Amino acid sequence: MAMNSQGRPTAATGGSDGKQFESFSGHVGLRLAEPLIFELGTTETTGVDYEDTSDLELSCGGLERTGEIGCPGLAEPDTVRHYTRLSRRNYGIDMGVFPLGSCTMKHNPRLNEKVARLPGFGDIHPLAPKGTVQGAYQLMDELSHWLMTLTGMPAVALSPKAGAHGELCGVMAIRAALEARGDAREVVLCPESAHGTNPATAAFCGYKVKSIPAKDNGRVDLEALKAALDDTVAAVMITNPNTCGLFENEVREIADEIHKAGAFFYCDGANFNAIVGKARPGDLGVDAMHINLHKTFSTPHGGGGPGSGPVVFSDALKDFVPVPYVLKTDDGFDIVEDQTGKSFGRLTAFQGQMGMYVRALSYMLSHGSDGLKQASEDAVLNANYVLASLKDVMSPSYDGPCMHEALFDDRFLKDTGVTTLDFAKAMIDEGYHPMTMYFPLVVHGAMLIEPTESESKTNMDQFIRSMRGLAEAAKAGEVARFEGAPYHAPWSRLDETQAARQPILRFAAE
Amino acid sequence: MRYLPLTAADRQSMLEKIGVRHIDDLFKDVPNAVLNPEIDLPRHKAEMEVERHLSRMAGKNTAAGSVPFFVGAGAYKHHVPASVDHLIQRGEFLTAYTPYQPEIAQGTLQYIFEFQTQVAQLTGMDVANASMYDGSTACAEAVLMARRVTRRKKAIMAGSLHAHYRAVVETTTQYTEDVIVAQKPNPADPEAELKAVIDAIDDETSCVVVQNPGVFGHVLDLRPVAEAAHAKKALLVVVVTEVMSLGLIQSPGEMGADIVVGEGQSIGNGLNFGGPYVGLFATNQKYVRQMPGRLCGQTVDADGKRGFVLTLSTREQHIRREKATSNICTNAGLCALAFTVHMTLLGEKGLRGVAKVNHKNAIALRDAMKAVNGVDVLTNAFFNEIAVKLPKAAAGVVDALAERGVLAGVPASRLYAGDGLDDVLIMAATETVTADDIDVLKGALEEVL
Repeated sequence: MAMNSQGRPTAATGGSDGKQFESFSGHVGLRLAEPLIFELGTTETTGVDYEDTSDLELSCGGLERTGEIGCPGLAEPDTVRHYTRLSRRNYGIDMGVFPLGSCTMKHNPRLNEKVARLPGFGDIHPLAPKGTVQGAYQLMDELSHWLMTLTGMPAVALSPKAGAHGELCGVMAIRAALEARGDAREVVLCPESAHGTNPATAAFCGYKVKSIPAKDNGRVDLEALKAALDDTVAAVMITNPNTCGLFENEVREIADEIHKAGAFFYCDGANFNAIVGKARPGDLGVDAMHINLHKTFSTPHGGGGPGSGPVVFSDALKDFVPVPYVLKTDDGFDIVEDQTGKSFGRLTAFQGQMGMYVRALSYMLSHGSDGLKQASEDAVLNANYVLASLKDVMSPSYDGPCMHEALFDDRFLKDTGVTTLDFAKAMIDEGYHPMTMYFPLVVHGAMLIEPTESESKTNMDQFIRSMRGLAEAAKAGEVARFEGAPYHAPWSRLDETQAARQPILRFAAE
Repeated sequence: MRYLPLTAADRQSMLEKIGVRHIDDLFKDVPNAVLNPEIDLPRHKAEMEVERHLSRMAGKNTAAGSVPFFVGAGAYKHHVPASVDHLIQRGEFLTAYTPYQPEIAQGTLQYIFEFQTQVAQLTGMDVANASMYDGSTACAEAVLMARRVTRRKKAIMAGSLHAHYRAVVETTTQYTEDVIVAQKPNPADPEAELKAVIDAIDDETSCVVVQNPGVFGHVLDLRPVAEAAHAKKALLVVVVTEVMSLGLIQSPGEMGADIVVGEGQSIGNGLNFGGPYVGLFATNQKYVRQMPGRLCGQTVDADGKRGFVLTLSTREQHIRREKATSNICTNAGLCALAFTVHMTLLGEKGLRGVAKVNHKNAIALRDAMKAVNGVDVLTNAFFNEIAVKLPKAAAGVVDALAERGVLAGVPASRLYAGDGLDDVLIMAATETVTADDIDVLKGALEEVL
């Protein structure tokens, strides 16, 4: 055996024979076991220092909290270690391809994190005197300008907190506009392929939801839409590009029909990222559209939020926008906080997701008009490259070209014993986050792949090799590769039925 | 373009593979007349240029940490330990999605489970959800949930409820069946305000919504309201906009709340000019299936190992569509993580300790204000916030103090225009306030009045 002068072996020995031994610690190498903080900390431990106030005479009306709260603490080293260990169980964009269709998992530039934390943005109060936060109003005004210019729309409401909140904003403005003209309507039309938030939002605003069918090519059936449109229809909610990853090629005719019926065209802008710089919703006849800053303009998804969902409006709706909004005046900026005029009200306590505005504007300034257009083109190019490279081994639901995402269904898995879910879990073993599965609902066993513009050709080719390998393995009868997958994730498949049957939603000491 | 990896050669070879000649062949479904519009916006910029541009804008604002600072009224300046921001910026947290694939999202799921437990313990309730957008939207969701639970429509908003919360409730419910009864604020007599709430409860009432501490800082015993509500089979919704108060003041659960909603910003999250924040939503076990938003639950994997998943999703829009309990999709994931990490650092010992420092500083602020000629302190029992009556309009005083480099608080007229509260100022003192800050404030105020 090769050794150095201290007797330390310098050649590799052993190989994989030792993998049979279970560890004494519960850890498995870099896979570190980590209990809940309620099993780690004590109520006497703290990771902060503070001034001693033991002799303070309280002035809280005799309502002091004396019983145990039940929140253990950890010192800083253990806190850092606890959450670092937890983080390592997650998959993020920073680790690899994250082709989650409809969710737009593009790179999150770190400059955006840095500027959002400048004290002049991160450490200012929403109700600070207006003269002390002029730069913040300026940022909101500049972001508004970019959003209105990119969409070709004359107004924007920044405050909605996320996409679904933006939908609420848009449909409320529509209802307010209809009521202002004394036109009570009852119905909102949504395609079957719509995000669940669309019908949920319409119901929230007191509307009945009716479904409109799609044609075989995955687009809204214009004739069926015409037949469904009458003077009871308040709005039609359409996602464009739609949730099948296709551009609604008859969108302008659709808009004309909607307007002819006296209704409004709400566009779900979740997929705006495919057409930024290529086409403006304002040119397509849209009356209201929310923009998911966390998708299109790359504010981090953060494990499920925070999002941000500004809504752009047409002339017909612009008077109904919610407060607060920023106004440019002769001597700087002002903010309108009390409901005035035709505004339909207020959706959130303060100005909305300022931290996300800063990040989104940083993203836009970095890309510029040229880079934003290039990003859309690259996203569409990458998706079509996936479609072209996999169409012979998987089953595309529609003919190309697609927009920013490629939709497949499970026909290619017919008689293999492998389901879409199995296939998705096997992708985890390949080192990828699975694509979106079982959405949209209009095809069987949907697999929606959105690579985004952030992936290089090298990454794309490796991903495609992996997907082809899996498709071929499924067809070759390698069921075992799929049915127990993932085999190499930190956890094997989790029992969701048990979780729902007897919900345990918090820690309780046994 | 530093964020776009494809080269011109890559693009060309990919177009060939796809079998088209030009990128616009892939956009053939977009009507030609609208394709490739002129966009009048600047071209791309280097990182350094963007940073310079945004830093200049940020430089026009007065950061809370740079001046004596007493602004509260729903958002609070607290010290957030450096490790919190470090941990939430780990890419595995920052760049993850909603944990739909639990095998590779246990980091997110476990912290949500910890978050849910911490929120339940702090509020004194059985269960909490995985967070809402913010306190105000959580408040609106509570009103809607109370209707589902009680099958009644009338919700009573106490005068102590933050005006913006009230506005969000009114806006959110304007097209539903709910009837919102909003009472007038009465900072000079919080007991009368509570009595008005109790008197308004009837057999039609779905819930009463009371904020504690109230928007003017008053801390109240809500047990009589809980009893009155329960006697009529209505629910008590308690709103907490300053979650740090739960380290000193009895929890809403102890006082008989059925639903507790709150703004969690004070723990882990900066002021951020109003967002992103983290909405808290907690209730009792029997109402779990009527809750809005995401829930994380414990289960096991195929090998019997404990793990966590999103659960009870049959309440949610992606399954129930128009019959869902709410249209909410995202939560405030990363802000909830910041809350959880900070809460873990504090522990209940640290939370109580820091909360008491807040209280001490607020007492010092009250004493200083009492000593100023012509100023009346309206709040006797409080946590870290008080309301004072000035001899002149508060809005002008706040602006004059801002010119002297002191951010003194929120004029009540900014929240309650037309309610006759022009001379009332709402002032907060957290652990970040020093004795020196209070001296400077007092001196400047005496000059201005």
